[in-house]
Amino acid sequence: MNIEAKLGLDVFKIDKERHITIDVEVCNRVCTDKACLYVCPAHLYEIDDQGNNTVNFEGCLECGTCLISCDHQALDWHYPRGEYGVQYRMG
Amino acid sequence: MEKVDCIIVGGGLAGLSAAYGLASEGLEVMVVERGDYSGAKNVTGGRLYLSPIRDIYPELWESAPFERPVTRELVTLMGDGASTTIELASDRFATAPHQSYTVLRARLDQWLADQVMEKGGMVITKNRVDEILMEGDKVIGIRAGGDDIGADVTIIAEGVLGLLSSKVGLREQPTARDHALGYKEILELPSSVIQDRWHLNEGEGAAHLFMGEVTKGMMGGGFLYTNKDSISLGIVVGMEAMRERTEKVESHTLLDAFKELPHIRPLVEGGTLVEYSAHAIPEGGIAKVPKLFGDGYLMVGDAAGLALNALLTVRGMDFAIASGFYAARAVADAKNRGDCSAAGLAQYEQSLRSSFVLKDLETAKEIPHIMENPRLFTHYPQAVSGLLEKLYTIGPHPSQKLSSTVIGGVRKDFMNARTLKELLAMRKI
Repeated sequence: MNIEAKLGLDVFKIDKERHITIDVEVCNRVCTDKACLYVCPAHLYEIDDQGNNTVNFEGCLECGTCLISCDHQALDWHYPRGEYGVQYRMG
Repeated sequence: MEKVDCIIVGGGLAGLSAAYGLASEGLEVMVVERGDYSGAKNVTGGRLYLSPIRDIYPELWESAPFERPVTRELVTLMGDGASTTIELASDRFATAPHQSYTVLRARLDQWLADQVMEKGGMVITKNRVDEILMEGDKVIGIRAGGDDIGADVTIIAEGVLGLLSSKVGLREQPTARDHALGYKEILELPSSVIQDRWHLNEGEGAAHLFMGEVTKGMMGGGFLYTNKDSISLGIVVGMEAMRERTEKVESHTLLDAFKELPHIRPLVEGGTLVEYSAHAIPEGGIAKVPKLFGDGYLMVGDAAGLALNALLTVRGMDFAIASGFYAARAVADAKNRGDCSAAGLAQYEQSLRSSFVLKDLETAKEIPHIMENPRLFTHYPQAVSGLLEKLYTIGPHPSQKLSSTVIGGVRKDFMNARTLKELLAMRKI
């Protein structure tokens, strides 16, 4: 089962408001490693056609690994508002 | 500003344990939890060691929704194409009172929240705390959903990331070196299949850890815990280890590769995947435990870095519950004396120091350094499995004497300056 299908099994309550924002300028200019691309267990980070880093915040498991792994403060990351985000049924 | 005796930021095990203690003492306590219910945002491997906390809230555990008591312990050292499994089946682990249980957090935490509410504590779900309110160095309450709520003491149980407390300078931001990523799948299997597959008597459970190839040699390992009608299969991997590896690995692919291993596939066969979850884990040990109290506040559980990965045993939930218990006692005493300043709350740290919480972390203080050695996850699992493979091999040529194979293998893989130095260093753990 691929990662998108796995995330499809989880319960998400998706907010209109995004809880992760990438500072694309910092990301492009300073960061060579882009750890977020491979550390994220939900594989939510992707480089788009323009070469910019993007994140599909809707599938976020809220572990914070991308935030901890980013040395350049390129992520504005907070928990989704109350009532939103992943809701584990088993955990 | 509305005011209560005690506000607890986060309704996980640490926060709820504190709330239970305070509500039992008749204090006015409010837990603010961002999930739809307690446990909605929480993940364990997992297993809870009950032995260290059984005497804390002794009345509670009888009704707890544990999955299975762990009666079989397995560890597998995975080399390249060969692995060695050590299995311990202990009569003592199989006899009540059981020392540890597999658990699922959404169930366990909701149950504990119910117990808190039965004691008269408030658990407000679906509300994210947005800010810890300070007056100088003193914590005076919280802001949530645009409302300010004051408290004599705020217990910070916000979890591993410490977003709110680091923002107001009560702790540092988490670093990759001191944290691991844990993620897992829950695979449903009928109870009878679990018992057959893991050779268990009815109701008993197994815990199986894996080291080596499972993380491609990165710090961490694999785990498998049997629940009532499911198994938890996952990976823990050091965040710094992922960044340091020359050839980068997408974390999620490690779990897929793990499931595909020839000796794992038959264990997960027929399991229905029902949930995929992930969480960060504090692994910095006692060196990274922040200041535990100050004017008007206490830190508990993962928010205070109270977790201990000692390779064979992985703990955190017992520390969370114990720290919540001692926090509640400290707050109740401080309230009685009418002194919720740092001096009035200092007893919290003293109780943690004289309990297993900080004692066990102190005993294990060298473990984080030892675990930074990648050879623990590459050389050793391979050396052990490689040697055993040789001993079991009968080839087309005449065999060596058993002792020569053993001595040769030990000499090659263990009797060199580097390995001896490392083994010597391991005495510290």
